[in-house]
Amino acid sequence: MTDALVPLLLTLKIAVAATAIVLFAGVACAYLLGRYSFWGSQIIDAICTLPMVMPPTVLGYYLLVVFGRRGWIGAWLEKSLGIHLIFTWQGAVIASAAVAFPLVYRAARASLGSVDHHLENAARVLGAGEAKVFFRVSLPLAWRGVFAGTMLAFARAMGEFGATLMIAGSIPGKTQTISIAIYEAVQAGQDSVANFLVLLASLVCVCILAASGKFLQRQF
Amino acid sequence: MKLDVQLRMRLKAEDRLFQLEVAFQSAKSLIVIFGPSGAGKSVTIQAIAGLIKPDSGRIVLDGRVLFDSKSAVNLAARERNVGYVFQDYALFPHLSVAQNVAFPLEQSFRNGASGTAVEEFLAKFDLTDLRTSYPRQLSGGQRQRVALARALIRKPDILLLDEPLAALDPVLRGKTRGELLKLQQSFAVPMVVITHDPADVEAFAEDLIVFDIGKVAQQISIDSNRRASQVREVLGLG
Repeated sequence: MTDALVPLLLTLKIAVAATAIVLFAGVACAYLLGRYSFWGSQIIDAICTLPMVMPPTVLGYYLLVVFGRRGWIGAWLEKSLGIHLIFTWQGAVIASAAVAFPLVYRAARASLGSVDHHLENAARVLGAGEAKVFFRVSLPLAWRGVFAGTMLAFARAMGEFGATLMIAGSIPGKTQTISIAIYEAVQAGQDSVANFLVLLASLVCVCILAASGKFLQRQF
Repeated sequence: MKLDVQLRMRLKAEDRLFQLEVAFQSAKSLIVIFGPSGAGKSVTIQAIAGLIKPDSGRIVLDGRVLFDSKSAVNLAARERNVGYVFQDYALFPHLSVAQNVAFPLEQSFRNGASGTAVEEFLAKFDLTDLRTSYPRQLSGGQRQRVALARALIRKPDILLLDEPLAALDPVLRGKTRGELLKLQQSFAVPMVVITHDPADVEAFAEDLIVFDIGKVAQQISIDSNRRASQVREVLGLG
């Protein structure tokens, strides 16, 4: 039974890491693209949203091209830092982060965009620098939308399958996330293992939804 | 205190594009900008505060150049030391009254601002009992006091008020006019008040700047002895 917990713990580890990355990156990109409009900002906005609509295996393929041993970034990482990402849990984090990013990005853009700009202007006239405007006014007023987006991102990262399989493979204990483990158990006819994993995964999702719902409720 | 404003801006109002061209100077303590909706009054004071950048022009306050398109000077709003009271007060809804008033004094990310200065101001504006309340729990008049306290705690060089009495009922308006005048004297801060209510002009104006759509139609110095009749004359009222 503890063997069956391994994919769950691995998935949680990967999902938490990926969510932390996209929370920071998603909010940062949403802030910059929302605040500054420049030539090409609409194209960048489209690129930020793309992973949401792209088939995961297509995205996985692109990630391989970029991060693979002979890829644009992957080759550099291997040469200068000795890091390789293929078939590692870190690679799985990148795959999950890529698919989850648009969920935080779009939620953050919508939320930050809906903050009354009079309030932000009031802060500026009262002597606040842009960092203070963001952290003391914009973000606190936008946090609920960002939080909701982050929960979705976490759920998406937990369930990531296609892109993860492409870039990280399915190595038990290292990169075999719960979704992949379920798939393989079904393929191998191991029904009891599959049942257990499915139950576990469902339970975790329900708990996360319940906890985040309660948290949102408690605020007011 | 001398305020010198010259600006030109292209503005879009509904479907029309119009050119705003404003030029006025004043050394008085109470300047009233009067004119119809859409004339460009709010845009003008937003430009003075640094919230909008004019296409060209020059804004000088007490010898300090806030904006000059020719020499590419455009001070950020936070550096202009201008007080601004928005029409809807723009109180931070997620902060209490005390936190709103303390906001301008906060250093970096610390929440606790100089305690005594804040308490003094809360008392001065009769807000001590409301210090832990939130803006949504306050009446219009209370919100205005918070907005004024927050704007004045930084000791601005000038206070800009966008239709400060428009959101108040007529009875409160009369009372608040008196309070604003008292404030101006006790803080010795020059005020620029935007209004479309002739009663405000009568109560406040030492210098009256009348806007027509997109420009300053006339600027008159109001003689305090003939205040009421002069205002009526200027505004073409019976």
